Amino acid sequence: MACKFISNEDTNKWLEALAKDHVVFVPVEDGGSVTFRPFAEGRKPVLDRMPVRSPKEAVFPQTETLLTYKYEKDPENPERTAVSIKETLPRERAVVFGARPCGTRGMSVFDKVFDNDRIRDPYYATRRENTLYITLACDKVESTCFCHEVGSGPADTTCSDVLLTPVQGGFAAEAVTERGGKMLEASFFADGGDKCAEAEAVKKATREMLGEAHDYSDAPEKLMAAFDDDEFWEEQAAGCINCGACTYLCPTCYCFNITDEPTGTTGKRVRTWDTCMSFQYTLEGSGHNPRTVKASRLKNRVNHKFAYIPDTYDKHIGCCGCGRCIKSCPASVDIRAIVKAAQARSVKKESK
Amino acid sequence: MQALAELKDQIRKALPELDVVIGWQQGYDALHTRPLFIRSEEDIDKLVVNEFCVVNPSSYLREMRGGKKVGLVLKGCDSRSVIQLIQEELLNKDDLTIFGFGCNGVLNHAKLQARFGDIGYIESAESDGNTVNLVVAGNKETAPFAELCAEKCLTCSYPNTLQCSHFAGEESDKKAEAAQDKALEEFEQLSMEERFAFWQDQMRRCIRCYACRNACPMCVCKDHCLANSRQPKWLSEDVDVQNNFMFQMIHVMHLTGRCVECGECERACPMDIPIMLLRRKMAGIVRDVFAYNAGTNAEDTSPLMRFEVEEPTIEERH
Repeated sequence: MACKFISNEDTNKWLEALAKDHVVFVPVEDGGSVTFRPFAEGRKPVLDRMPVRSPKEAVFPQTETLLTYKYEKDPENPERTAVSIKETLPRERAVVFGARPCGTRGMSVFDKVFDNDRIRDPYYATRRENTLYITLACDKVESTCFCHEVGSGPADTTCSDVLLTPVQGGFAAEAVTERGGKMLEASFFADGGDKCAEAEAVKKATREMLGEAHDYSDAPEKLMAAFDDDEFWEEQAAGCINCGACTYLCPTCYCFNITDEPTGTTGKRVRTWDTCMSFQYTLEGSGHNPRTVKASRLKNRVNHKFAYIPDTYDKHIGCCGCGRCIKSCPASVDIRAIVKAAQARSVKKESK
Repeated sequence: MQALAELKDQIRKALPELDVVIGWQQGYDALHTRPLFIRSEEDIDKLVVNEFCVVNPSSYLREMRGGKKVGLVLKGCDSRSVIQLIQEELLNKDDLTIFGFGCNGVLNHAKLQARFGDIGYIESAESDGNTVNLVVAGNKETAPFAELCAEKCLTCSYPNTLQCSHFAGEESDKKAEAAQDKALEEFEQLSMEERFAFWQDQMRRCIRCYACRNACPMCVCKDHCLANSRQPKWLSEDVDVQNNFMFQMIHVMHLTGRCVECGECERACPMDIPIMLLRRKMAGIVRDVFAYNAGTNAEDTSPLMRFEVEEPTIEERH
C-alpha cells in the first residue's frame, strides 16, 4: 500500500474541505463524553482516545424516519379517508473521521445483514454507499481492548476507505479502497517518505501492547453446549441490570424497532434502535414472552456475537472487540469473561 | 483491612441461614469492582471492600422478592435505599440481613476520566482516604481524594451503614465537607434561560438506554415502567430532546420524596449526564417543605405518599 503523509495542521484543513460537500462526523468532546458530531466551527476533533459512542450511527442512526404519512378526508365523500405516503430516503454524503479500526469493522456485520443476496435495505444501503470511513489506527490500548482476539487488530482496515496512523507531526495515510485513494489525491498530502516506516513501527508496537490473543474459535459450539444450562447463565447474568447501554454503544448491534408515531392526522414511521436486554424485545402480541428473565436476555447478546453470527456468516465473530459494552456497563459485566467461562465450562463437564 | 476480615467472618456465620449475600468483588481491572453474589463458602473470599465499591447492592433486591433470605453488604448511602424500600412495604425486613461498615467514600470514574484523559489508560489507583495515587500510561500521579470522589461523598452525613444487623470494623467519622451540593449551587446561579438551554443540550445526549432507571434501587416497576408502555403510549420511540426530557422528568417526579440520593442513576449513565442535579434539587425541596429525609426512618411515610389536612412543617397563610 502506498503511504502518504498529512500534517496535523493540514488535517484540519482537509476536514474543512471535506465538510463542504459531506457531513463529516468527527469525535468531539461532548459534556465529558466523546461522541461523533458533524464537523463545524469550534468543534475540535478528540483523537487521543476511543469515542464513547460508536461510528455505526452515521449509517444507522438511533432514530430514522422511514416515511411520513397523512390521512385526508374526501370532501365529496366524508366516509372515505385516503392516506398519502411519502418515502424519505437519505440523500446526504458523509465521512466518518477518526473512528477506531474496531468501530469501523463493526460495519462488516451490518453489511452482511442489511445488504446481501436476499435483502437490500434501501435506507441502510444508500447511507452506506454515501459514507466514507477515514479510520485512525491506535497507538495506545485500554484495559477493555480485545480487538486482537476477535480477528481484528489496532490497524485493521476492514470497512475503512483510508487508514491514518499517528506519527510525529501528523498522520501516515494509506488508501484502503479506490475511493480512499481518490481522497488522498488532495493537495494536503505529501509523499510518506520515512513516515511510512514510523507508522509500521507504531502499528507493531500497539499490537504488542495487546499481548497474546485468547482463542475464541471454539466459542460457538461451547456456547451452544451451554445453552440449556440455566444455572450457568443465571450466574453470568447476576450483576447485569438489563439496561441497553451495551447494545446502544456497540458498533455491531443492529436490532431495530419500527413504530408509527402519529400527531393528529399526520405521522411518521420511524426506525429506532432496539435492545435485546429489554423485556419488550421479545414480548409477543399475545402477552407471552419467551425471555422473561435477564439471564436469557444476556445469553442472547453473548450468543448472538459469539455463536449465531459466526455460525451464519462463515465464522465471522459478531463482536469487534472495542470493549465499549464492558467499559460503559454500570455493573462491569465483561463479555470476554462470559465467553471464556462457557469455553471452560465444557472442559469441566467433559472431564467429569 | 480490619473491617473486611470481620465482614467475611460475619458473613460466614450467617450464610447457612441465607440464600445469597450481595457484595462486591474485583472487576476486570484495578479500577472496577463488580457485584458479588455469595452463595457458598468459597465465594466469601472474593469479597472486596474499597473505594471502587461503587455499585449499590440494594438495586438487586427487586429481583429477590418472594421470601428469599438475602444478605447485603452496604455502604451508609446504600443502606438508606433499603430503609426506604422497607418503609414502602416493598420489602420485608425479616428477609434481610444487613452487613455494615464505616465508609470513607468512593471514587468517581467520570471525575478520574475528566482529569486523566480516559479511564482505560489508568493502570492503577490507590487511596488512603486523603490522597489518591495513580499510575496513568506509565506515569505516577497524585490527587486529593476530595477532587476525585463521588459528589455524594462530599455532602454525606451517613458514612456508617444504617439499621444493620452486623457492623464490621471501626465506625467512620468522616464529616460532610459541605452542607449543600456545590454543583447544584453553581447551577442555580444560572438564569432560567441558561438552565433550560443546559438541560436541552444534556437531553440531546441521552440515548434512552435506561441505565439510570435500571440502576436505581427505588425504580421498582421493572418491566412495567410507563416509559415502555405502548398502551397508553406516553413516550414516542423517537430518541430526541423532547422525549428524553419527558422520560427524565417522569423519572425525577416518581422519585421525589423517595430518592435517597445514592447517585446510582448518574453513575450508571454511559453518557455522564449530571441527572443527580435534578434529584438533589427535589430532595432539597422535600427537606425544606416537609422536613423529611428519605431512607432514614423505616417507620416514617414519604410526604408525597400521605395526606395531612395541615402539614406540620408548612405554615399556611389564613
